Amino acid sequence: MEKILLRNIDNDRSHTLEAYMAAGGYRALETAVKRHTPDEIVGMVKDSELRGRGGAGFPTGLKWSFMPKEGDGPSYLICNADESEPGTFKDRLIIERDPHLLIEGTLIAAYAIRAATAFIYIRGEFVRGHKILAVALEEARAKNFIGRRLFGTEAGIDIILHRGAGSYICGEETALMDSLEGKRGYPRLKPPFPAQQGLYGCPTTVNNVETLANVPFIVERGAEWYRSIGRPKNTGPKLYCLSGHVRRPGVYELPMGVPLRELIFDHGGGLSESGRNLRAVIPGGSSVPVLTAEEIDVCMDFDSLAKAGTMLGSAGVIVMDHTVCMVKSLLNLARFYAHESCGQCTPCREGTGWLAKILQRVEEGKGTGNDLDLLLSISDRMQGNTICPLADAAAMPTRSFVTKFRDEFERHLGAGSCPVGRPGPARMSLAE
Amino acid sequence: MSDRTNGLAMEPFPARLEDRIETILGRYPRTGSALVPILQLIQEDAGFVSVRAQEQVAARLRIPAAFVAGVVSFYTMIRDRKIGKYHLQVCGTLSCCLRGSEPLLDHLKDRLGIREGETSRDGKYTLSTVECLGSCGTAPVVQINDEYYEDMSPEKIEGVLEGLKD
Repeated sequence: MEKILLRNIDNDRSHTLEAYMAAGGYRALETAVKRHTPDEIVGMVKDSELRGRGGAGFPTGLKWSFMPKEGDGPSYLICNADESEPGTFKDRLIIERDPHLLIEGTLIAAYAIRAATAFIYIRGEFVRGHKILAVALEEARAKNFIGRRLFGTEAGIDIILHRGAGSYICGEETALMDSLEGKRGYPRLKPPFPAQQGLYGCPTTVNNVETLANVPFIVERGAEWYRSIGRPKNTGPKLYCLSGHVRRPGVYELPMGVPLRELIFDHGGGLSESGRNLRAVIPGGSSVPVLTAEEIDVCMDFDSLAKAGTMLGSAGVIVMDHTVCMVKSLLNLARFYAHESCGQCTPCREGTGWLAKILQRVEEGKGTGNDLDLLLSISDRMQGNTICPLADAAAMPTRSFVTKFRDEFERHLGAGSCPVGRPGPARMSLAE
Repeated sequence: MSDRTNGLAMEPFPARLEDRIETILGRYPRTGSALVPILQLIQEDAGFVSVRAQEQVAARLRIPAAFVAGVVSFYTMIRDRKIGKYHLQVCGTLSCCLRGSEPLLDHLKDRLGIREGETSRDGKYTLSTVECLGSCGTAPVVQINDEYYEDMSPEKIEGVLEGLKD
């Protein structure tokens, strides 16, 4: 398909205002503020059926429509650039290679929800992306795309760039707001939802980088054009992240709903080592249920993957070949969640730690007969019982790995060591 | 008690940071939002955020020192103690693990004579494992101070180490 979101990235100067404008950049912003009311922009985005690219897939236009049309105090837009779901690296590409696309999308979205101030919250480790965005923001400010009286209209929008300091949970929108307020990043109970009480207690909308990057194209080319890409209710171009045992890892822009098999074997070139077979695929970042090799004939969109018992999530596709130890892979993820749990809710704080400890002993061949059922029962008691979905994000892979690869887990019990052999996921090294 | 938090007994910030602290404070609608950026500024300047510096920040923002300590301890990138000149952070999460982060980490341990979480005796290197750095398509990745080194292998990291000045 025609490159849309990634149309500029092959240009060496794609991060500059000059290159962005030469490709027609900031025309959509001008159209938006000069020819459309905020409500018209919200309507357009609703009609496009754009769904949030951060993981949940909530309709973006609908989310925007929850914001107050008039109010006493300020409203805020926050761009969530805290990309940190394992297996995901698409937003970083936009931030580093096409920062003005993100800035333009952010400005149009802020205009649509009547926010005079927008924040871009970028993850702490993205020092390079932060520098690139900071320069791009200065360029845009110098051209009066940021600031007062955009294109001579009454509209005025400021953008504040804020760098995080290392914490996965701050990608959760309410934790992000606490973090932006200068606190520990603790998720908040909902309701109240951010559109009612968000940043500083004011109405706030939080959108993902890729979501916002879609917005200028919707304004420029229309909702009908946008809906012509992808599948019904799952529209538009999508950035898929391929990693793991695949020949050509990277970010691929394809229509929403591309078949997973095609993504891995055509676009990704198949498995990285010849003579190996596919074992499993995590389709949407580490938090979603795993698919077995037999389950990959599925379209990569929100609804098709939900029907297949998993999720599109952040579209971080992690490919695993047959040499991988599934117990060790799950242990790797369980440790991640135990490390990243913020500690507010007991089921998550304790549960993630238990999962990691039990998986550690199963992996070492010291597990007992009851351990697999224990993993499942802990997962059941974690999911849905916490403020934010981090507990679910640990429970879903656990339940799917243990259920779908039960034979392999059982072979570990009492084996005295990992029967798959050292070092599990890193068995790539055996081929060296 | 209160003189430790109301700023009366505190030394001022180093003068060279004053302007930048003012700039940060001026950037946000609410003062609280400036806390993490100020801590980052101090760390950039001193290499870490000492307890004393935390108290100074608390006094400056008129918030309890314990609150600042809570924030410092929450975020993995803010440190309250000195580390080596070069902080080698090996990503060990699944995508990097699938592409050889373990042999890479083992190589670094052997080569530097330190384990995860340790600093070499000459103070040049600190070795850490970190969670997903968002560079899975170019795994395995090692972050050294602020820079990402992607598609690493034991051989390639040798070249990188040689380029790090004393």
